[in-house]
Amino acid sequence: MSAIRVNDFVVRFANVNGSGSASANQLFARAILRMGVPATPRNIFPSNIQGLPTWYEVRVSEAGHLGARGGTDLMVAMNPQTWDKDLAGITPGGYLFYDSTRPARHLREDVTVLGMPLTAMCNAEYQDPRQRQIFKNIMYVGALSALLDIDAAVVEQLIAEQFKAKEKLIAPNVHAMRLGRDYALANFACPLNLRVQRADKIGDRIFIDGNSAAGLGAVYGGATVCAWYPITPSTSLAEAFTRYCKRYRTEPETGRARYAIVQAEDELASIGMVIGASWNGARAFTATSGPGISLMQEFLGLAYFAEIPAVIFDVQRAGPSTGMPTRTQQCDVMACAYASHGDTKHVLLFPEDPRECFEFGAQAFDLADRLQTPVFVLLDLDIGMNERLCAPFAWDDSRRLDRGKVMTAAELEAGREFGRYLDVDHDGITYRTLPGTHPTKGAFFTRGTSRDEYARYTEEGSAYQRNMERLLRKFATAKQYVPRPVRRDAAEPTRFGAIYYGSTSPAMDEAATMLAAQGVALDLLRVRGFPFHDEVIDFVARHDKVFVVEQNRDAQMRTLLVNEGEIDPAKLIRVLHYDGTPITADFIAGAIADAADAAKIIPLRKAVP
Amino acid sequence: MSFLPKPRLHHPELPTNELGFTRRDYEGAISTLCAGCGHDSISAAIIRACYELSLPPHRIAKLSGIGCSSKTPTYFLGASHGFNSVHGRMPSVLTGANLANRDLIYLGVSGDGDSASIGLGQFAHALRRGVNMVYIVENNGVYGLTKGQFSATSDKGARSKKGVANTDAAIDLVGMALQLGATFVARSFSGDKTQLVPLIKAALQHEGAAFIDCISPCVQFNNHVGSTKSFDYVREHNEAVNRLDFITGRDEITADYAPGEVEIVSQHDGSLLALRKLHTDYDPHDRGSAINYLQERSAAGEIVTGLLYVDPDPQELHAHLNTTAAPLNTLGEAELCPGSAALAALNAALR
Repeated sequence: MSAIRVNDFVVRFANVNGSGSASANQLFARAILRMGVPATPRNIFPSNIQGLPTWYEVRVSEAGHLGARGGTDLMVAMNPQTWDKDLAGITPGGYLFYDSTRPARHLREDVTVLGMPLTAMCNAEYQDPRQRQIFKNIMYVGALSALLDIDAAVVEQLIAEQFKAKEKLIAPNVHAMRLGRDYALANFACPLNLRVQRADKIGDRIFIDGNSAAGLGAVYGGATVCAWYPITPSTSLAEAFTRYCKRYRTEPETGRARYAIVQAEDELASIGMVIGASWNGARAFTATSGPGISLMQEFLGLAYFAEIPAVIFDVQRAGPSTGMPTRTQQCDVMACAYASHGDTKHVLLFPEDPRECFEFGAQAFDLADRLQTPVFVLLDLDIGMNERLCAPFAWDDSRRLDRGKVMTAAELEAGREFGRYLDVDHDGITYRTLPGTHPTKGAFFTRGTSRDEYARYTEEGSAYQRNMERLLRKFATAKQYVPRPVRRDAAEPTRFGAIYYGSTSPAMDEAATMLAAQGVALDLLRVRGFPFHDEVIDFVARHDKVFVVEQNRDAQMRTLLVNEGEIDPAKLIRVLHYDGTPITADFIAGAIADAADAAKIIPLRKAVP
Repeated sequence: MSFLPKPRLHHPELPTNELGFTRRDYEGAISTLCAGCGHDSISAAIIRACYELSLPPHRIAKLSGIGCSSKTPTYFLGASHGFNSVHGRMPSVLTGANLANRDLIYLGVSGDGDSASIGLGQFAHALRRGVNMVYIVENNGVYGLTKGQFSATSDKGARSKKGVANTDAAIDLVGMALQLGATFVARSFSGDKTQLVPLIKAALQHEGAAFIDCISPCVQFNNHVGSTKSFDYVREHNEAVNRLDFITGRDEITADYAPGEVEIVSQHDGSLLALRKLHTDYDPHDRGSAINYLQERSAAGEIVTGLLYVDPDPQELHAHLNTTAAPLNTLGEAELCPGSAALAALNAALR
C-alpha cells in the first residue's frame, strides 16, 4: 500500500466517445475545485463522434500545478477497447476502478483493483437504454466521491446548479450519484490513499476553456462580423462568440442582432469576408486551425499589402488530415509569422491561458485597427478546448475601442490632406478612409501592391520599394503595441535562461521549480507577442544559453528568434515536445537538466604546448 | 494604354442629374484595356446607369477579383471606394463589406475566369446567401490577361485564336444563378447598350442578389471566326426574351406601352420594371420555366438575353441574419461592449 496522498494525484477516465461521459467527468473536476483544490482537466479525444476511445484526465494539485503531469494514480477504466493500455498506464501502487459486471480479463498485482458492477446496477435500476448509459456515468462519479473523500453535498450542489433550468432532472441525477456513492461506501475501504481535502487554494479564479474566453474577448473587443468554417479545435471559439453575442448583443428594443456571423463555404471565403468587412470599417475575425491558415495564405498577403485589419484566431493542432489533428501542438508559428507570398511579416499574440485568451482576444482588434494589418492570436488545443483555472476576466469600463487612423468626413471636408499610403506621422502607419465617408473626397482604390502614396496605380519599382520599407517601419512600430514579455528571474544569478510561450506556461513554471530544487537555476521569459520586444533580444544577450521550450518538431519560435533577432543559433537550445500530448514539467525539467549538465562540462584544454 | 489623368474640366452645360452631378462625375480613370474591348462598353453602361439613377457615387462600393474585367472598376465611379481583391474571391470580400455596412450599394465586377473557374465556389455561395449586390460577369470566354487560354465558359467546340478546339463542356453562369437562388438574373451583351443600361439600373435597385452575365467579346483573343463569343457570333445568335425599361419609384408611369405588351414589375424599393414583352409566353417570375427556356434555346444554338428572372420581393442576407438596422460599422462601445458588470456576473458563474 502506498502512502496517503492528499490533493496531489492524477485521475484518468477512459471512456468511449459519444457515451455521455464528458459532462459526468466535468462534474467530477468541478467538485474538486469546489473543495477549494486546484484541478486541471484535459480531454484526449478522437476525430470521431461515437465509438472511439476518449480519455479525460484530471490533475489534482494543491500546489497549483496546472500543466499535464503524466502517469495515472487512479484509472477509471470504462472502455474495454483500451483496457490493456489503460491498465499499463497506472503508476505502481495506484488504483484501477472498473465496471465489474463482466469479469476483468487480467489485472495487475501492483495496483489496487476496485470493481463495481455499474452496468448491472444500472440495468436493475433503469429501463430506458439512454438512462442506463447516462446514469452509469453519474454513478461512477458518486462512487469516486466516496473513494476520494469528496463531500457529497458539493456534488449535489453542482448537480442542482447544472440542471437549474430543468429542475426535474435534479432528483434522478442525485439519486444515481447516491447509488454509486453508497455502493462504494459499503463495498470498498473508503477513502483510498488518494484523498481530496478541503483547502482554500482557488481564490477568485474562474474555470473556463480558452476558446470560450477568446470568443468572449471578441465580443468585448467590439467584433461585429465573424466568418468561419468548422475545423477542430477552433469550432467552439466561433460557437462561443455566437452564444455570447446572443446574450450580450441582442438589441433590446427589437431583438435584432448587433453582429453578423456567417458560416462560410471554406476558409478562403472566411478570410475574404473578414477582409471585406474590415475594409469597410467593421471589426471582423475568423477562427481556424493550421489547414485553414494554409488556405488563407493568398488573402493574408493581400491584407498585409493593402493594409487591412483582420483578426485570426488559430487554435493550433498537429499536422494535416484526420487523427492526430485532435491533439495539441504549437506548430503554426512560422506559418502565421510569414504567411503568404512576397515579403510579409505578421503580428502574433501568444495567450497562456483562458484569461489571456480573453484579454488578447479583445486587444487583437485594437491592434489590427491601429496597425491596419492581420493579427493572429495563437491558441492551441490544450488551452482552447480544455477548461483551465485562471484569473477572473477584468474590463475597464473607461477603455475605448482604438479604431486607429481613420480619416473622418469632417477632416476631409476641412481640407486635410489624404494619401492612403502617405506616412504623415513617420510611424509607418497611414490614414485610411472608409467607403461612403465623403461625397467627393477620400475615395481610393484598394490594391495589393503597384500603387503610390496616394493609392494611384503605378508599376514603378521605386514606389514599390518605398512602400515595402514603410511596412518595415510599421512592423517596428508594432513592437510597442504588442503585449510585452513576462520575465521571472531565478532566486540566484544564472547564465541559463528559458524562453517559452502559450500553453507551455504551467508546465514550464513547474519545471523551473523542480530544476531549482535540483540546483539548476533558470531565468524565465514568456514571450507574448511578435514582433519581439527588445527585452526578448536583451534576455538572450544576457544569458550564455537559453532553452527555447516549445511544442513542435522544428523549433519554430527558435527559428523566429534567430531570424528576427540576429541571434547566434548556438545560444538557443531546443527543448521540443511534439507527440500531440501536452508538454509536461517532467519532460522539460529532464531535457533542461541533461543539457545543463552537458553545458557545465568545461572541455579541458588540449596539451599545453 | 495611357497613364494620363483625365482632364477635370468639362463643358459647363453638361446636363446634370437630380444630385447635380454630371455624367463625368461617374467616370473613373482612362481605361488601359485594348481599344474596342467590350468591357469598356460595360463600364460606360455602369456609368450611365448610376448617373441616370442619380446615385451618390460615394455610396457605391465597387469590388472585383483579378483579370481584365476586374481591372475595370478603376475606369468608372472614381468617387467610389474600390477594391481589386484576389483572383476569384470578390464574392467573399463583397459579402464581408456588405455585412459591415448594409447601407451602401455593392457592385461586384468579375470575369468568366474569375467567376466560372477559380471562383466558381464563391460565385455560387454568394448567390445562395442572397447577398444584396449587383454581380456582373464580363464574360468573354477567354483568359485575356494571360493571352488567350480557354475559360470555363468557352463553348464546347469553340476554337481559340490559335485554332485549338475546346473539348470541355461550358459552364452557363446564368443557369447556375437561377438554380442557386439569385433573385435577379439577366444576360446581356456589351454591344447592346439599349438592353444593358436598363438591366444594370434595375439590378442596382434590386434589394437582393442580382446577377448579370454580360457577354463581352475579347477583341484580341476571342473575336475571330470559330469563337462563340465574338461580336458577330453573338449578334447573329442573340435571342432577346424581353426589353426592359426601368422606371424609378419617383417617376410617373407613362402609358408608353400598349397593354399586353408591357408588364410592370414592382421592386421592393418601390422602383418599377417595365418589361416590353417580345415573347408573349415568357414569364420572368417563374424560376423553373426560366431554367427550361434557357436550356431549350441553348439547344437551338441561341443565346438568350434579357431579364430572365426577377423575384419582386427578394430576401437578402441581412434579413436572414436579422441584423440591426444601423450599419454594424457604426456601432460603438455602448452597443458592442457588455462592460465590467456583465463580466463580473459571468465570472461568478464560472466558479
